[in-house]
This record gives sequence, structure tokens and C-alpha cells, in this order.
Amino acid sequence: MTGTTNDPVDVVIIGAGASGAAVAWSLAETRMRIVCLEQGDWMNPSDYPTTGMDWEARAMGDYSFSPNRRRASADYPINDDDSPIKIANFNGVGGGTVLYAGHYPRFHPSDFRVRSLDGVGEDWPIDYETLAPYYDENDRIVGVSGLEGDPAYPPKVSQMPPLPLGRAGETVARGFNAMGWHWWPSDSAIATQPYEGRDRCINLGGCLSGCAQGAKASADITYWPMAIRAGVELRTRCRVREVTVNENGMASGVVYHDAGGVTQFQPAEVVIMASNGIGTPRILLNSTSGRFPDGLANRNGLVGRNLMFHPYASISGIFEGAQDGSEGPGDCLWSQEFYETDPSRGFVRGFTYEMTRGRGPVMTALTGMHAGRIPFGTGHHDAYRALHKRITGMVAICEDLPDADNRVTLDPELTDADGIPAPRITYQLSRNSEDMLRFAVDRATEVLKAAGATDVFSEIPLAIGGWHLMGTARMGTDPATSVVNEWGRSHDVRNLFVVDGSLFVTSAGVNPTRTIQALALYVADQMKQRLTSLFD
Amino acid sequence: MSDLIGSSGRILSEAGTAVLRALAGAIIPASTEHGVPGADDEAIFTDVLASAGPILAFIGEHLGLLDELAGDGGFLGADAARQVALAEGFRQAQPEAAALIVSLICQSYYRDPRVLESLGTPARPPFPEGYDIDDGDWSLLDPVRARDPFFRPVN
Ligand SMILES: Cc1cc2nc3c(=O)[nH]c(=O)nc-3n(C[C@H](O)[C@H](O)[C@H](O)COP(=O)(O)OP(=O)(O)OC[C@H]3O[C@@H](n4cnc5c(N)ncnc54)[C@H](O)[C@@H]3O)c2cc1C
Repeated sequence: MTGTTNDPVDVVIIGAGASGAAVAWSLAETRMRIVCLEQGDWMNPSDYPTTGMDWEARAMGDYSFSPNRRRASADYPINDDDSPIKIANFNGVGGGTVLYAGHYPRFHPSDFRVRSLDGVGEDWPIDYETLAPYYDENDRIVGVSGLEGDPAYPPKVSQMPPLPLGRAGETVARGFNAMGWHWWPSDSAIATQPYEGRDRCINLGGCLSGCAQGAKASADITYWPMAIRAGVELRTRCRVREVTVNENGMASGVVYHDAGGVTQFQPAEVVIMASNGIGTPRILLNSTSGRFPDGLANRNGLVGRNLMFHPYASISGIFEGAQDGSEGPGDCLWSQEFYETDPSRGFVRGFTYEMTRGRGPVMTALTGMHAGRIPFGTGHHDAYRALHKRITGMVAICEDLPDADNRVTLDPELTDADGIPAPRITYQLSRNSEDMLRFAVDRATEVLKAAGATDVFSEIPLAIGGWHLMGTARMGTDPATSVVNEWGRSHDVRNLFVVDGSLFVTSAGVNPTRTIQALALYVADQMKQRLTSLFD
Repeated sequence: MSDLIGSSGRILSEAGTAVLRALAGAIIPASTEHGVPGADDEAIFTDVLASAGPILAFIGEHLGLLDELAGDGGFLGADAARQVALAEGFRQAQPEAAALIVSLICQSYYRDPRVLESLGTPARPPFPEGYDIDDGDWSLLDPVRARDPFFRPVN
């Protein structure tokens, strides 16, 4: 089975994305020998799509956020046929943050108390106050642009001023004001001033296919350089197949396939899963043994269950005046007018609106032609010009409630290039989500009409929007209802930790990455405080 | 397999290329009013073919339908207005292939410098120059600033 056995290390981290980078950096100060195994490669920003005229085409091709479309050597296939929401990710140093929009909201205090407040989901074993110092520490490293004083949040600081409103932001803000509803400049992981060696945003647009300017805080340019300087070893193009266990039921290391296809064994004292809400349960479920016949850390059968996305609605208006088109970052402003439960709305919990600034020339044409607004033939040009730089709007990010039937399992047939079983997704929208999505579309339509939209179109759920992957190895104090304890250690395997989005108990109605990274720093800190009794 | 596919099965034959080019021109024709070429323009269509990659074979398998719909004289024998109608018929009969063709054509058409300039969009990649975006009127935020904090208490 195994070609080569490496020298033992203290810690092996699987995955160099948002959480893997943060935990690696934080643990580096212990001077332990730490190795991170990442199936993808380092990114080269000078190759990002916005450096060429074909930037929109490449965003749908080799930089597509669908791994099933991208099919790069770093990718593994995902069977998401049984889900109305398709998986989006990126496999490389930086993980999903290479492609993320950089929307960077925090959770609210109430998001950790969903069961107590609304009788649904579960409460988290930690609260906002516990996480607050780690949010602050992470914010300083990432560099958050935003405006202090948002009435939807407890006080928090920003490192830089907010992104520009631009014409589109003004338009949408006027709509919210006309309705008398909350809006605020978004917290963004995009530098508006030079920050820690990164340059400021110059409004390239195309954030979702990598930031050639380096203004967007992807983990490959924030945490990783610091972690490597501090002594962490990052091995790229190394795909982990399974975590092995010894006769004591402790993790003994990982088996992986290196860049040359050679199978290697990496012995380790501690194994940290940071492969995201799909990749982590996939590896754990594939790590079967006599002690763990159903997968590692899976005695209660919860690994892979309670998969949460955020069901998205996309709502766009067509305006007579020029907006920003694709120029400028998509991030701009958000509204949390409908964030908390209001029983009169017919659903529990709520959502955030996040503005999406506009579309590039190609996407404008495709949107218009797909919707029948731009005809074939001579009418094409006038119809196109009525949409060019005339579209702006928002998405609604709805809180997804945990449901044990929404899950990741191993596909019985599909495998990746190394023969590792691919994940299979089984997911259904809940009635609560459907009601929330419809409500969100109706209210957003009112905003856009109040802002002067001549027409509004929407999509629910946004089929391409499976980019927030959460809940599949959740934390909790009760080993019967959670996979890891309140500081990220597996209940079943005392030297196995999880730090990625799998940890989430509930999803909140905001993007997850600021919380994922704060949680990774928190788990690392808990480990550091317990170094002498870590496995007790 | 249609006779519009080249012998390798991976590229279009000459006849298939001519049909695809005429189809591109029917979908996005040239406009003197807007001063833009059609998608059948030499440079744009060369870019379409160069960008198509493996999907060209898939497209080729479906193009024969245009001739079938056209009947005598085939698609190339039809006048411009009829070609547009035939293209619409093709879209209804083969939505997946039509969506791929439309996507391919638009990707090349809307990066052509002449087309971008006619739209007032700089004909260059976004990086390294970037764009200027107005900071905007922050006084719009005044009514929201006046609001009391409204996040939900947990205790
Ligand atoms: C298009 C897009 C837009 C997004 N926009 C936002 C946004 O605006 N705001 C926000 O908060 N979030 C956004 N996200 C989500 C964000 O990227 C994720 O929440 C975040 O990256 C998750 O962090 P993670 O550490 O859990 O996993 P990831 O960052 O996904 O990292 C996991 C890493 O593990 C590696 N890996 C997986 N399996 C293996 C294996 N077997 N062996 C070795 N390595 C492995 C992967 O290659 C990957 O690099 C977006 C995502 C996408 C795709």
C-alpha cells in the first residue's frame, strides 16, 4: 500500500485553505514540527484571468468555481446530482479564498444561540464572546475594510475604510433608504489601502477568479507566508487518502499520494482536518479500520451529516442610468433588516442581503440572451445596450438549518485521479428555506423598484451557489450529537482535530470564512494551552 | 455522425465551419448604426474557433439540424432574415447545443476591441490599470447611522 514512510512530525494538517493556513500559523510558535499537505499547488497571480482579454471566458473555464467543470489535476469530482445547489470550491494553496468574493461578515451573538432563541437547530458550545478575541486577531492579519458603527452588530473595528459605493452602490442604497430599511457598507477582506505588504484594490472586478492585484486577502498571501517563515512545511500536490489509526485507537498519521503519484505515509502525533465541509468528511469516511468500520471519528454516524449551504436568492434590477458594470469589487453594501426571526414572516431565522455590483460584457450578453431579453438578429445590439452596465442588484444569503438527511457520503463508483472515492451530496431545501427565499425575493424586488429599476429578475435557489460548506463534523459537548468537542478535538480519537467549516453547528445568515478562520485560531489556542495534556 | 465533422471527429469540416460562421452572423449581425462587426467577422470568428476546444466536436454533431430545418438550399442558402428564424428554431430544438454556441460566440464577440470601444469600455484587460470607481455619496448613510443598535440580545 505504502511506497515511502516519512520522518514523523508532531502535527500534520490536511488542507492549506482558509482554516489550514490560520491553524498552521498559530501553532507555529510552539516550535513543533508541522507539515501541511495540500492537494493543489501554489497560485501565480500573474496568471489570474483579469490579466487577459479573455478574463470572463476563463472565469467560466479553468477558473470556474465548479470543480466538476474545472477538472484540474488538483480537483476531485463531486457527485452533486442529488442536490439543487451545486458545489463550488477551489483546491490549491489558499483553498476557497483564492476565488472567494471577500465578503467578510462576522456572526452575531444570537447566531450561537439558535436553539435557545428560536427552538431550532442547536446551540453552539461556545459563544460570541469566546470567539471575539480570535475574530480580532484574525481581522488584524487578514485586514478588514469596513465602517465602524453598524447598528446590526456589536461594536467591532476595521483596519481600513470601506470599499467605494460607486454608482451601483448609491442606487441600491437609495432603494433601501426609500424603504426605511437597514444597509451598511460591507466588511470586506479586500484592502482599500496598502496593508501588510499587499497593495490596495484598484477595482479590477473579477474577484471570483482570483485577485491579480493581491488586494484580496486570500490565505496564500496572508497567513501562509507568515506560517512558512515561522517554520511550517507546506507540501503541495499531495492528496490525502486516509487517516490511519494505531492499536490504541489514536491517529497515527496519513496516507497520501504525492505529485509523482507515489503513495507515502506521514506519521504524526496530531492530525488536523482542514479540508472543508466536503473534503473533511470525505477523508474521514474513507478512513475505515477494524475500530472505525464506518469511518474515523464516526461512532455516532454524524460525520458527513447536517451539511449546510446557504441557500441563495439572486435578485437583479435593470436601470435606465449607467451603473458600474463589472468595474469594482462585487462587495459593496449589505442589509440585515431581515436577519432575526420575526414570526409574522412565516419562517424562522433570517438572511443578509449582499449587493452584487454588476456584470461584465460577456456575462451581460449571456444573461440577456438566456432570459430572452436579447434576441438573435438585428435587434441584438439595441437590446444589449439596454442592459450593458444597466444591471445591479443583490443576493440573499439565507440561514440553512441543520438536517441530518442533508449529507456527504462516499460515491460507490466515482473516484478521483488517485482512485479515492468521490464525495456524493444528498441535499434538499427545507420548507423554511423555500419560504425565506421567496420572502427575500419579494422584499428585494421592492428595494430595487424603489431604487428606480424598470424591471427585476431573480433566481431561487441560486443553483451555482454551493460555496459555503458547513456542519459535517460539528462541534458540541455531547458525544452523541457532535463529532468534535467544544475545542475541536474528536470525541472518538483524542489526537484528531477539525478546524474547517465542518465544525459549524448552525450556519447563521452570513458568509462563513471570517468565522472559520477565527475558529481555527481558537482551536489552535486551545491546543497550545493544553499541550501537556492534549490527549487526556 | 454528421458530415459536418472533420475526419478526425474533433474539428469541423470546411462546410461545418461555414455553417457555424453564418450562424454566428445570424445571432449577432454587423451593425452600421452601432459601428460594430458581426460575430462572423474574420478576427472574431477565428477567435471563436480557437477558443472552442473539445466542444467543437459536440457542436458539429448538432449543426446538421440547421440544414434539416432549412430544407432545400440548406442553411447557407437562406437569406439573413430566414437564417435568424432558423437559428431560433435550432435553439428550441437543441437548447443545450444552442446555449454552448451562444456562450462561445459571446465570449469572443464581447472581448473584441472594436466591440468594446463601441460600448465605451476600454479595450484592455482589467489588470494592471484597473478602473476608477466613485467613492459615492456617504450622506446616504445618515438615516441608518441614526438608528439604534438592533442586533438581538442573547441574555
Ligand atoms: C466562488 C466562491 C466565492 C466565495 N465567496 C465567499 C465570500 O465572499 N465570503 C466568505 O466568507 N466565503 C466565501 N466563499 C467560501 C470560502 O472560500 C470558504 O468558506 C473557505 O475557503 C472555507 O475554508 P476551509 O478552510 O473550510 O476550506 P477551503 O478553503 O476550501 O480549504 C480546503 C483545502 O483542503 C484541500 N484538500 C481537500 N481535500 C484534500 C485532500 N484529500 N488532500 C489534501 N488536500 C485536500 C483543498 O485543496 C483546499 O485547498 C466562497 C467560495 C467560492 C468557491
